[in-house]
Amino acid sequence: MRYDTIIIGAGLSGLAAGIRLAYFDRSVCLLERHTTIGGLNSFYRLRGRNHDVGLHAVTNYAAPGTKTGPLSKLLRQLRLSWDDFSLVPQCGSRVDFPGCSLRFSNDFSLLEQEIAESFPSQIDGFRRLVAHIAGHNETSLDRESQSARAVTGEFLSDPLLIDMLFCPLMFYGSATPHDMDFSQFVIMFKSIFQEGFARPREGIRRILKHLVRKYRELGGELRLRAGVKQILMDGERATGVLLDDGTVIEGENILSSAGSAETLRLCPTLTSANETDPPGEISFVETIFSLDCLPASLGHEETIVFYSDTEKFRYDRPTDDCDISSGIICSPNNFQYDEPLEEGCLRITALADPDRWMDLPEEEYLRRKEDWCSRIARAALSHIPDFQPHVLDTDMFTPRTIRKFTGHLNGAVYGAPGKRLDGRTPVDNLYLCGTDQGFLGIIGSMLSGISMANAWLLR
Amino acid sequence: MNPEEIRQVVLEILERIAPDEDLSELDDSVPFRDQMELDSMDFLDIVMELRKQYRVQIPEEEYGHLVTMDSAVDYLTPRLKDASSPA
Repeated sequence: MRYDTIIIGAGLSGLAAGIRLAYFDRSVCLLERHTTIGGLNSFYRLRGRNHDVGLHAVTNYAAPGTKTGPLSKLLRQLRLSWDDFSLVPQCGSRVDFPGCSLRFSNDFSLLEQEIAESFPSQIDGFRRLVAHIAGHNETSLDRESQSARAVTGEFLSDPLLIDMLFCPLMFYGSATPHDMDFSQFVIMFKSIFQEGFARPREGIRRILKHLVRKYRELGGELRLRAGVKQILMDGERATGVLLDDGTVIEGENILSSAGSAETLRLCPTLTSANETDPPGEISFVETIFSLDCLPASLGHEETIVFYSDTEKFRYDRPTDDCDISSGIICSPNNFQYDEPLEEGCLRITALADPDRWMDLPEEEYLRRKEDWCSRIARAALSHIPDFQPHVLDTDMFTPRTIRKFTGHLNGAVYGAPGKRLDGRTPVDNLYLCGTDQGFLGIIGSMLSGISMANAWLLR
Repeated sequence: MNPEEIRQVVLEILERIAPDEDLSELDDSVPFRDQMELDSMDFLDIVMELRKQYRVQIPEEEYGHLVTMDSAVDYLTPRLKDASSPA
């Protein structure tokens, strides 16, 4: 059988693209190398506990029934209902820098008020920046790149405030060190500060379950344990894929969520791929602490704390295994659920140098995981109450884990620094979606799959 | 289908594309976009749904006929006269 479209990778973007195509009666084959779906946003079970990878929170929150915004657009496009994701809003979050804290919630006026109190000289500039952001068309697929630091510098002069605003936005989506493209900044600013955080009580499983169910109901085909070894070419066109097990699958078009460098490397005739699309190198470790009590009972009620122990926020590849001078502390418990989750949990994330983790011998790898796990826990204590006596179990993932489960070279969580916004590649009928197309976050990744399906595969 | 049935078909498509809109007060002579939140992605879905359900091909230069309910029904009437109404 020859498919209309072969999709590489059953993460959020591939599943969303698959739903659009199957809904409009295209034959689709979705290929996933791993034994389960999700890619960068997946889940696993370890010693009797369910964990999420990726998802700390869904950004772009909107209340059920909202008619505009990315979440509403996504649900419409996938013909899903608000109930399907059951998003529960956050309790409130904080950016914590030396001598200064800014709280924010899903009500944007809190952040504005906090800035007015802590940075009275900056509030007018901040309001003008917000107006500038409102007028910016960040989702245009043919936009010019601009430095976000240069643009914000036209409105704000206090470097501490600038870094406090950049910190959550970079942590949650920047593939580039130090600075980001202004449109990416706007996407992140809106999705985090203006729309805000939420989470399904069951975590990422709930979102993935509804996507895969919808995809299958519409007749889409999903193959797990089906890694793509090579994209088959006939001259300038892709004709299909060769799987790791030798199977050949033919298709009219290919949509790949594998990443741009990663995808181009699958095409044997494209030798210059590495130079045009260097892979990213921003990666993270994350430690997951299961607790014998809820974080709130220790006095920690915030959903996410973004911290930096230096006034100047460093966002780049660390010179050590990890950089614990900054981090993200997330508690899946601290959302406004009707019923609390059964067990307390804290997830703490820090920048990591991919190279230092990749090729360690197993024993040394485990030793360093253990070592950094306790260092990360101690570093977090400057920002949240001491939880260490309550830890029942820990697990940790590293750039190596991310590479293994996403195929991203270097375990680059946010993919390549250069995005291919229109999704096109040097191969006519090969398109990109997902991280390297450039829409970010849980909702953004699904919109990426939808946009690319609409732009190239449903015409 | 007769014009009344075609109106019903378009209404059902709008309900599917924009389930959070109240369409009971829809004014047939006013552009959809002035009465509901409908972006270009949603608008394209009206065309795609018609193609999916009734195999009507609408060329891009004729999308303008779909801006109001009245103009959509006028445009679709000759094209769907032999199609059977969804029971």
